[in-house]
Amino acid sequence: MSIKNISRRGLLRTGAVTAGGLALPTIFTSSASAYTNEPTGSSVKLGFNVPQTGPYAEEGLDELRAFELAVEHLNGEGDGGMLSTFSSKELQGNGILGKKVEFVTGDTQTKSDVARTSAQSMIQKDGVVMVSGGSSSGVAVAVQGLCQEAGVIFMAALTHSNDTTGKDKKANGFRYFFNAYMSGAALAPVLSNAYGNERRAYHLTADYTWGWTQEESIKASTEALGWETVETVRTPVGAGDFSSYIAPVLNSGADVLILNHYGGDMVNSLTQAVQFGLRDKQVNGKNFEIIVPLYSELMAEGAGSNIQGVYGSMNWNWQLQDPGTQAFVQSFGKKYGRPPSGSAHTSYVQTLLYADAVTRAGTFNPCGVVEALEDFEFDGLGIGNTYYRGADHQCFKDVLVMKGADNPTNQYDTLEIVEVTPRSQVEYEPDHPMFAGGELGECNPGA
Amino acid sequence: MDAIILQLFNGLEKGSAYALIALGLTLIFGTLGVVNFAHGALFMIGAFCAVTLSRIFQISFLTEDPTQTDFLGNPLQVETPYVEKWFGADAGAWMIDYSVPLSILLTIPVMLLVGYVMERGLIKHFYKRPHADQILVTFGLAIVLQEVVRYFYGANPIQTTSPSDYSGTVNIGAMFGMQIFYPVWRLVYFFFSAIVIGGVFAFLQFTTFGMVVRAGMADRETVGLLGIDIDKRFTLMFGIAASVAGLAGVMYAPILSPNYHMGMDFLVLSFVVVVVGGMGSLPGAVAAGFLLGILQSFASLNEVKAIIPGIDQIIIYVVAIVILLTRPRGLLGRRGVMEE
Repeated sequence: MSIKNISRRGLLRTGAVTAGGLALPTIFTSSASAYTNEPTGSSVKLGFNVPQTGPYAEEGLDELRAFELAVEHLNGEGDGGMLSTFSSKELQGNGILGKKVEFVTGDTQTKSDVARTSAQSMIQKDGVVMVSGGSSSGVAVAVQGLCQEAGVIFMAALTHSNDTTGKDKKANGFRYFFNAYMSGAALAPVLSNAYGNERRAYHLTADYTWGWTQEESIKASTEALGWETVETVRTPVGAGDFSSYIAPVLNSGADVLILNHYGGDMVNSLTQAVQFGLRDKQVNGKNFEIIVPLYSELMAEGAGSNIQGVYGSMNWNWQLQDPGTQAFVQSFGKKYGRPPSGSAHTSYVQTLLYADAVTRAGTFNPCGVVEALEDFEFDGLGIGNTYYRGADHQCFKDVLVMKGADNPTNQYDTLEIVEVTPRSQVEYEPDHPMFAGGELGECNPGA
Repeated sequence: MDAIILQLFNGLEKGSAYALIALGLTLIFGTLGVVNFAHGALFMIGAFCAVTLSRIFQISFLTEDPTQTDFLGNPLQVETPYVEKWFGADAGAWMIDYSVPLSILLTIPVMLLVGYVMERGLIKHFYKRPHADQILVTFGLAIVLQEVVRYFYGANPIQTTSPSDYSGTVNIGAMFGMQIFYPVWRLVYFFFSAIVIGGVFAFLQFTTFGMVVRAGMADRETVGLLGIDIDKRFTLMFGIAASVAGLAGVMYAPILSPNYHMGMDFLVLSFVVVVVGGMGSLPGAVAAGFLLGILQSFASLNEVKAIIPGIDQIIIYVVAIVILLTRPRGLLGRRGVMEE
């Protein structure tokens, strides 16, 4: 057909038919699904997006172990773990709303762009209704934003930055893990008792969102004690050799070094600080001390004897004696031959909390899940009475203050619980200045 | 003043590692003409030789202690290393304590073998290919090697301690009546690298083998025409270069807890060191290693960063740009190397 044969009427007709044809699948889709990836078969798929390679891979692998265990328990396999201790008795081990739970995994490589791509693939190709995981606040914030846009629920795992439930909070995102503010609030009284109120602190801080908010939080809580902050120095993530940053500490007049580092950076900076003899020094007539505000069991294992006597904080630890912890440790220990890490615990609990919220809501619709999780109060998942605040989707519960064990008897016995800080001591208002600047917004069901 | 002296020592220690890695890179480039992006991985394998020997020495048998329990509430299994059973408690404990320096004995043959296999098995097939191909294949090899290490050793850094006799600090300012404490092991590392660098130069300068290699580096064809099998010698040089990287890694293990990607962290910096020193120049690589190590340490001083924020992250590249603009062949580079 030559171009001369196209009439105006014919062109309009062809255009209308083509546009209608193109719109047809969308029309069907939107009428068929009320929300993104509504499960229609006998199973439902969850997406676990963790670092399987890169510097936080060990944390990610432990998270995956816990996710796998949670799915087993939800499907009625194994010993049921915390299902029997959870205060909500909705979960019966028959999947979620009677649908068998399946999962897909992705590798974030602890890089925000890779994590987003991986989560996007899970949502678009695999059809997951919930994404969980992450071992870095940068990744968590990025994936949380994506899930909000896509209309699926994000149950954050390991993210400690204030921003995750502060300026970057989202209606579709929920955090069970504690945050930097809570670490500061829990540590301050213990540090005051141990080291007094006249100290001079020097901060070495990982140069990204988590490091900045932890530095801000610890600085605020220690200065409230009367401590002076001598210097705050930002260090690149993955610096490896921190000797150039540690040497200036020696002549700064500081008598406390606060390491706002995590993972491999913390292992290296702490080890090197000890090698430089900081802990043998006397400054201002006091013993020089080192503090690691955020601990993990895997980091403690890597740092070996260098952490002996060093204070820090944790979200949860396998040595707790409550029935929930005992059930989880038994379950995890029998399956994997080692106690679970804090990140494993958070991953497991977040999966159960999601499944429970869906069951209570009676739907996988993200808006129903959000409603079920907001202001939900529960117990039996490891660290006493816990509250998911509706205003910012942050969990509030007791916080553990830890210390490097003086006489470890085995490779897992690296940390000891110094104090269980009550929830009331770490609570704050939703509009606290450290969390200001963001809006939770409306839940997005997608589709 | 104290801070300046400390940063000078830090720079020397950091420069020692750069110099050792860059020396191996230059040896390979000078002899075989290959740009070896897997050299950082060889440094990493060296560090893991220390981890491996330490773990071998700590292989233990279990005895049950009914008075204690493990995390599941079962009777605690107490581990006793076999070396303590076979050689006595004191000798066994000494072997575990000195596992890093003893690892040198393991590292040299392992790295010679790794270097030989790498060169004969893969890299020799790329001699006549463009440098871009060599970079791609060696970079790919580096990724494979680090993933193999991650598979067996995990992703977390593994703390590897120096012998307890060398784990403290020493007052390096004592001779000036000052109190400046510096970690003993970092000083040991500096002297160790000085010995290795001296040994490599002496080997090349004072042995017949070294003389032939140097002649081959200068004019490969003529040496071949004289009936000398220069390829065989160059293969051995690849093994020696790998061993130098391995030795740099094994002794660095107590300074930087070994992890599977530590080689990549050093690789880029070491290439800058080679380029600044002058492609193919062994003294240039060593001089640039120490120079950049010291500059990087001084750039980390808070006073310097207060004037130019972030200078500690870019100083090496700034210096590289300045030197390449003023001396395009690097500090001690020779005419004709890497030039059309």
